[in-house]
Amino acid sequence: MNRPSHHPGDTLLIDYAGGALCEGASLAVATHMAFCPACRHAVTEMEAIGGALLDDLEPEPLSAGCLEALMARLDHERPAPCRPALRPSAERSRYPEPLRSYLRGRLDRDGRIGEGGWRFLQPGMRSLDLLSGPEGTTRLIRMKGGVGVPKHTHGGIELTVVLEGGFSDEFGAFLPGDIAIGDPSLVHRPVSDPEGCLCLATTIGGLRMTGPLGRLFNRFVKRF
Amino acid sequence: MFPLNGPMQDQHTPAADMNPSLEDLLVAVGRERNRQAFGVLFGHFAPRLKTYLRRLGCDSGAAEELVQEVMLLVWRRAETYDPIHASAGTWVFTIARNKRIDVLRREQRPEIDPDDPALVPEPEEAADRRIEAKESSGRLRAALKDLPPEQAELLRMAYFEDKPHSVISAEHGIPLGTVKSRLRLAMERLRRSLKDVG
Ligand SMILES: [Zn+2]
Repeated sequence: MNRPSHHPGDTLLIDYAGGALCEGASLAVATHMAFCPACRHAVTEMEAIGGALLDDLEPEPLSAGCLEALMARLDHERPAPCRPALRPSAERSRYPEPLRSYLRGRLDRDGRIGEGGWRFLQPGMRSLDLLSGPEGTTRLIRMKGGVGVPKHTHGGIELTVVLEGGFSDEFGAFLPGDIAIGDPSLVHRPVSDPEGCLCLATTIGGLRMTGPLGRLFNRFVKRF
Repeated sequence: MFPLNGPMQDQHTPAADMNPSLEDLLVAVGRERNRQAFGVLFGHFAPRLKTYLRRLGCDSGAAEELVQEVMLLVWRRAETYDPIHASAGTWVFTIARNKRIDVLRREQRPEIDPDDPALVPEPEEAADRRIEAKESSGRLRAALKDLPPEQAELLRMAYFEDKPHSVISAEHGIPLGTVKSRLRLAMERLRRSLKDVG
């Protein structure tokens, strides 16, 4: 399998490794990592930096008795269970962790994403919400072949990871595992590849469309 | 490796004649449920974890409660610790990070599963180049001390303020481009230290 050519970059990976990214953005970055050994390695290095920074922190003494209280709790600990066996579905799944956990209950017997729960966005384009919170929304977006998204810009940050198929925009071709990062400075008009496209998209902050069709689209987006 | 049933020593310093590394202690907890080793690990990590959680906004009481939860996870999961993959400090850092996201933000922490057959594997030669975590952690700490202060400060904010770099840029009035380039420069230097084999 080919390895991705569009990566989150060091600064976003540091945000992930340090734990500053919200859940939806972390899901997008970690899904890219499942496709990308290089970014997995980078995050391992960044976690090592986290460990070194923790070691260098000025220690703040704990109240007396903290260790004793914890030791007393250990008396009630049962022996550690054996490591959980590999989940049976793992080998058959076409989606890697952590994404697979967020698709629980939505996959059919063949491990494909079921037809229920999708919303119409525009002709040839549907979405399925996975997570929504105060900071943003994470959803799957499915596009038929050759569908164009109205030219748009981003109020906040939008992370899009290709899962199947692909799309292209002014910045290049995006294939499975590639992550596209949209920010307010970016205006683009993605078009899906002939075989269509399935993406994981996380939006933090608003997404603003430019152009007449875009304004219509904006009203949709706000409801999400 | 340790006297299993010997009298408890001072829990804040390893006995001078043995002087085991934190990694050795963690392995002893995993293999033998060694409480004395756990006490030494607590003495080292708990006060640093408290500082970590205080920097993230916990008051003293909440921080101490959370420190205990983190150390309890260290006890429970020690069996899965592998010193080839991570130094003790790195391993404890990841447990503390995930726990505070869970408790303070009430969010899950999405992570890959290293045993997932659906993972795209890394090229063979890259795996051979990996250096044992324990060896490199000393060099990493030295390199951190040598970072220019503005890079080190930004790195600490990135790890200890629960804010992505874009928010750090806005709140501290540092242009986004400057934040990014400082973090990248810091990463470049630290990566070099991880690759330098003595
Ligand atoms: Zn990557």
